[in-house]
Amino acid sequence: MSAVAAEGVWKFYGDYPALRDVALHADPGACLALIGRNGAGKTTLLRIIGGFSKAGRGQVRILGNDPRETATRRRMGWIGHGISVYDELSALENLSLFGRLYNLPDPHKSAMEWLERTGLERVKNGLVREFSRGMRQRLAVARAFLHQPSVLLLDEPFTALDDRAIAVLQRLLREALAEGRTVVMSTHQLREALELATHVALLNRGKIAFSGARTAQMAADPGWVYAHYDEA
Amino acid sequence: MEFFRQTLVIAGKDLRAELRTKEAINAALAFSIVILVLFSFAFDPGEQETVDMSGGLLWIVFAFAGTLVLNRSFAREVPNDCLDALVAAPISGAALFLGKALANFALVMAVELVSLPVFGIFYNVHWTARIWSLLFVLVLGTWGLTVIGTMLSALTVNIRLRELMTPVLVYPLMLPALMSAMLLTMQLIAGKPLGGENEIWLRLLVVFDVIFTALALVLLETVLVG
Amino acid sequence: MREKLIYILGAVAAILLARNLYSIFMVLPDEASQGMIYRIIFFHVPAAITAMLGAGVTLITSVLYLLTKNLKYDAISVAVTEVGLAFLAANLITGSIWGRIIWGIWWTWDARLTSALVCWLLYAGYLMLRHAIEEPTDRARISAVFNLFAFVDVPIVIFSIKWWRTQHPQPVFWGGGSIDPAMYLTAVLNLVALVLLGVVLSLIRLRQEEVQREIDSIRRYAHAV
Repeated sequence: MSAVAAEGVWKFYGDYPALRDVALHADPGACLALIGRNGAGKTTLLRIIGGFSKAGRGQVRILGNDPRETATRRRMGWIGHGISVYDELSALENLSLFGRLYNLPDPHKSAMEWLERTGLERVKNGLVREFSRGMRQRLAVARAFLHQPSVLLLDEPFTALDDRAIAVLQRLLREALAEGRTVVMSTHQLREALELATHVALLNRGKIAFSGARTAQMAADPGWVYAHYDEA
Repeated sequence: MEFFRQTLVIAGKDLRAELRTKEAINAALAFSIVILVLFSFAFDPGEQETVDMSGGLLWIVFAFAGTLVLNRSFAREVPNDCLDALVAAPISGAALFLGKALANFALVMAVELVSLPVFGIFYNVHWTARIWSLLFVLVLGTWGLTVIGTMLSALTVNIRLRELMTPVLVYPLMLPALMSAMLLTMQLIAGKPLGGENEIWLRLLVVFDVIFTALALVLLETVLVG
Repeated sequence: MREKLIYILGAVAAILLARNLYSIFMVLPDEASQGMIYRIIFFHVPAAITAMLGAGVTLITSVLYLLTKNLKYDAISVAVTEVGLAFLAANLITGSIWGRIIWGIWWTWDARLTSALVCWLLYAGYLMLRHAIEEPTDRARISAVFNLFAFVDVPIVIFSIKWWRTQHPQPVFWGGGSIDPAMYLTAVLNLVALVLLGVVLSLIRLRQEEVQREIDSIRRYAHAV
């Protein structure tokens, strides 16, 4: 059973199809890099997979179930364009909050653990609005990983990260993949993404133009997929 | 039980965030005092007139000042895309709504409980004659305002001109609750008891609260997830 | 097909209206106490009923949209609401004119007028909300939910204002009284005429809404290319 599966997905804005008959799947332990130009529909597709909006037609399944089901949401982690943590709360308060929302057995302990793993333990009581950009990004990562999700959906996670945050995220993703978790990420940062990816899918104007395993050639030449499959 | 636990987590989060910055509650308190002052110039009432208009004046103050708080409810989730995290979390739309409504309710009640004595002082009105009944009406009326305001905050969370739009949408919807509360408050301040003639208004308030709370609990998920 | 329907219904409505106008102005006598102005009731009351029918229709189409996500229901909702709002405005204006002639005042806060005004504000809010949302699917969903809230509020508003007015009586605009049988037929026929007119206008507006949607999606295509 695929960890993430999309079949025949269409998304309409009015009558305009932003996504056309999209089929996608990722097996457990896979890392799928979803690439494509701006406006291709990557964020739209990812948000449908994550249950933030509904497909006009077609079906999406996470771990075999509807993404909106509570049990599924418990096992899904999300990093979108925003950091999705509260400016007026501290790092620790934010993570404890999400720990409690996800019904973790010991929210405080989990929060502390992930603050350490993202290098934020020293600023745990600092308010997020005082954080540097890199720190905010690392907290966003901690929030997404906090409840040990089986499926991670990341929308352009490497954009606007500083080097330290990139290193942290890559390390955590490698660990997660080694533990058999599944990652689907949309990205412009081909190099960082293709290092981790096991599969690649190219989205062009709402349609999947290419979908397959990541090859050594792709890792060596990140622009290869675009050159061969992307229409102008 | 999970439902109520999560409701309290959300309510606690909203209250903590608001009390830390106090932006909305300070604005609401200031606004309520300003309205009370302005009205004294606008109408310069005599003693009996003041009692007659007490219900109307108080609930206009509560509705206008309260809306400042209620608007923030979902608007506070927009920076940093926090709303995404809440939608992704394993919490039902109903629990999310109820948590926010409870936090809003507490904040608006706080503004009202400060405004009441200020009103009493400014207008020289003895309002404590039937204080428990008055508080009861305050609770019911405020809950009505809260439900509508919180729901409209969710409806308008992503639209432009949100602050301009909300008054036009919110006040006509709230009207029946406001009318009931105004009338009951006026009579209670005048010293009349609840029941008898004005019981119909009490019942209207309860019906309003029940119907719109149910509607909001059911529809919030639909509003947030396309 | 729909064009033919519009023309046919339009023609029927026009014939009925012509017949009614003739009857109203040429045939029927002046009313005993009110004189000439009572004739406005032939438009005032049917306008309100048409508006109410419109509200009922939009409730159904809003629910249907939320259940099926089919944008045609959203198009019907906005078309019927706009037309209904126009009819309700006609109701308010004719009521105001009547009041000016009979009572000498343009407005009073009597129960029915006030309720009509608040309902007008509610549905005007619906249209304003729509204007503020650009994305069609979001707009349809959000306004459908608001429509539900507005519709549920209408009976509560009407009831509460009626009760308020019994405690603060104002001049009552429409006295009771019975209607002469000759007038009754014309009243009913005018109701039919106005409802047909409402349907025709809604269909025209619906067509415009659908064309607009098509233009929007073509524009998006053009931008994407």
